[in-house]
Amino acid sequence: MKYELQPAMPPPSNLIGVVGWLRKNLFNGPVNSVATIVIGFFLISFMVPVIQWIFIDSDWIGDSRDDCTSGGACWVFIISRLDQFLYGFYPEAELWRLQLAFFLLIGSIVWLVMPQTPKKGLVAVWLLVIYPVAAFFLLYGNSFGLIQVETHLWGGLSLTLVLAVVGIVASLPLGIVLALGRQSEMPIVRSVCVIFIEIWRGVPLITVLFMASVMLPLFFPEGMSFDKLLRALIGITLFQSAYMAEVIRGGLQAIPKGQYEAADALGLGYWQKMILIIMPQALKLMIPGIVNTFIALFKDTSLVLIIGLFDLLAIGQAANQDPKWIGYSTESYLFVALMFWVFCFSMSRYSQQLERKLHTGHGNRA
Amino acid sequence: MSSDISNSSHKPDGGSAQPKAPPMDKPKFWNDPKKRSLLFQVLLLSALGFVFYTIIDNTLTNLEQRGITTGFDFLTSEAGFGIAMSLIDYTEASSYGMTFLVGLLNTILIAAMGVFAATILGFILGVARLSDNWLISKFATFYIEIFRNIPLLLQIFFWYFAVLRTLPHPRQSIEFFGSFINNRGFIFPAPVAEDGFGLVAFGFVAALVGSWLISRWSAKRQERTGQQFPVFLTSIGLIVGVPLILFLLSGMPMGLEHPELKGFNFRGGITVIPELIALWLALSIYTAAFIAETVRAGILAVSHGQTEAASALGLSKGKTLRLIVIPQAMRVVIPPLTSQYLNLTKNSSLATAIGYPDLVNVFAGTTLNQTGQAIEVIAMTMAVYLTLSLLTSFFMNWYNARIQLTER
Repeated sequence: MKYELQPAMPPPSNLIGVVGWLRKNLFNGPVNSVATIVIGFFLISFMVPVIQWIFIDSDWIGDSRDDCTSGGACWVFIISRLDQFLYGFYPEAELWRLQLAFFLLIGSIVWLVMPQTPKKGLVAVWLLVIYPVAAFFLLYGNSFGLIQVETHLWGGLSLTLVLAVVGIVASLPLGIVLALGRQSEMPIVRSVCVIFIEIWRGVPLITVLFMASVMLPLFFPEGMSFDKLLRALIGITLFQSAYMAEVIRGGLQAIPKGQYEAADALGLGYWQKMILIIMPQALKLMIPGIVNTFIALFKDTSLVLIIGLFDLLAIGQAANQDPKWIGYSTESYLFVALMFWVFCFSMSRYSQQLERKLHTGHGNRA
Repeated sequence: MSSDISNSSHKPDGGSAQPKAPPMDKPKFWNDPKKRSLLFQVLLLSALGFVFYTIIDNTLTNLEQRGITTGFDFLTSEAGFGIAMSLIDYTEASSYGMTFLVGLLNTILIAAMGVFAATILGFILGVARLSDNWLISKFATFYIEIFRNIPLLLQIFFWYFAVLRTLPHPRQSIEFFGSFINNRGFIFPAPVAEDGFGLVAFGFVAALVGSWLISRWSAKRQERTGQQFPVFLTSIGLIVGVPLILFLLSGMPMGLEHPELKGFNFRGGITVIPELIALWLALSIYTAAFIAETVRAGILAVSHGQTEAASALGLSKGKTLRLIVIPQAMRVVIPPLTSQYLNLTKNSSLATAIGYPDLVNVFAGTTLNQTGQAIEVIAMTMAVYLTLSLLTSFFMNWYNARIQLTER
């Protein structure tokens, strides 16, 4: 008698394909089945009208509220004010300056984020040091033959980006100094840094902005006046540097003690040790944390509307009060929310991806 | 070069060794880490002192020029403005000190409400995101990714201006069970205690004490004999049942004061102002997304072997979650959770943007504008939040030390 290996039978039809997937993921047990049906019902009865309102019954073309007739969302409102949402009250003839600054920013960020591009260090230095100065002259003007554009004309998405980028770039060096100070062995330096960090981290950004707009003018001699935007930027930078310091401290602490000791053994001085050995390793570990604080800052820039600056959200609020367009506030909130969401979500995805990449690298935990 | 060692590696007693060594050139004082650090610190202190001196000097000059007196005397003078919502008696004749107190209480109220709702919602979502039901976990993911990537202020505005402000006027209120919803808020009948209600309250307290005793007794019995006792159901029964029976027996000693439409608005009953509802919704929905992520991280941090061991013991899924996973996850969850609570409290200051009378609104807003005492007012406001966050971090450290894993 011959024994032969029988070919494997196919799995039962209710374990593979669509049915199998449904059974495994949606109906694996009575409780889950009921939950699926109930939640599915609510989702469908909620999502269908919402999608209908946003896409199907909505109006896109036109130039006044009379063109919004179909009962759905009135995107005409947003489209007719798109320039204001993006650029605030920046003079139309000078818009190319904003756009140039924006494309330079996006270009350098894409360069840094793409894995295969060369010379990332140079681009980072350009983005963190040269770009902010160049962008200031480009946006503010009054030199190099450019017309001056007062900061009260800045607004919309571009102001939000200005606040966030300046906030993060300016708070980085301050945060590094504070983090190093907090790690220092000198008691006075350490306590000054700890007090500074804990005070800013303990109060809401709103009170900091109030302070910057009300108290700051009192601190300086008579006749020295600050621009409203500059005052907000000072407040945001001080506030942000405390958070940045904590992120950097986390990165410094993640470097094994052996690295510090090896640098000491080589006879490197404090600054040589920090700049040549510790910081290059720590900065890599800090990038996800820095991106996360950047996301928080990006969302927090919307608070400047309370002290009277016209960022993206404030432009939306102002548009809602336009008597010609009363009653379409949902559309403008949705649009502004979408703008913020796109930026924050892509940044958080990037930081998650980076964390995964760093995690699988050489184990660096002490 | 070799004497230029960093401070961190240089022990203070390192210099006193080798008494017989040949006399060396005395090192330059800036190459001695001790002296150098002393110099740095003296420099830092004098720089700070100079900055503070300049600031104070400038401020005093500026204040004098504007004719603003400094000091906290303004706290006793009459405020002269009304506040839409107050937990204590407050009139326009009250002092600025009372204004401060009203704002502080309102801040604490919204923080407590927000913490309560956000915790419940956040835990549900955090567990739901790990559910093996595809629909539930995808729904939780969508919720978290959408709400945590949109600025809180925008969410507050949305609930306040786009949802609550568009509700009907008081005359066309939506009515249910004697309560009303309109664009002035949510109005419901106020309970009024009558004679004999003290008995019900006493029953409630007694039931609380009773269920605490039962839970202690049952824990002891389970340790001794291994038998379990349905503590949760008994406690619920006691806490709900005892006051209910006493309430019915004593002839229902509680009346309801129904709200009535008089003119353009409602009189009587309890009114929850729309600002509070909008702020509460936005704060809880926003913070819940963050709490859900910390809960998820905490659950994922519990090693998979624990879950497998629990199912090997024959524990059901719910019991595994409740008895094995959550208690261990809490160790990881509590520290970020406290900082989320702190964030929520600090974020409640956004109330000022829609006019909910919290501390920042009535004190750092109206009071500052009326008195011009910027320094004192901002300092007091900041001090409140600073105290809250220091208290929270003390509590967190204490709790962390208490639940620290004791390894044997």
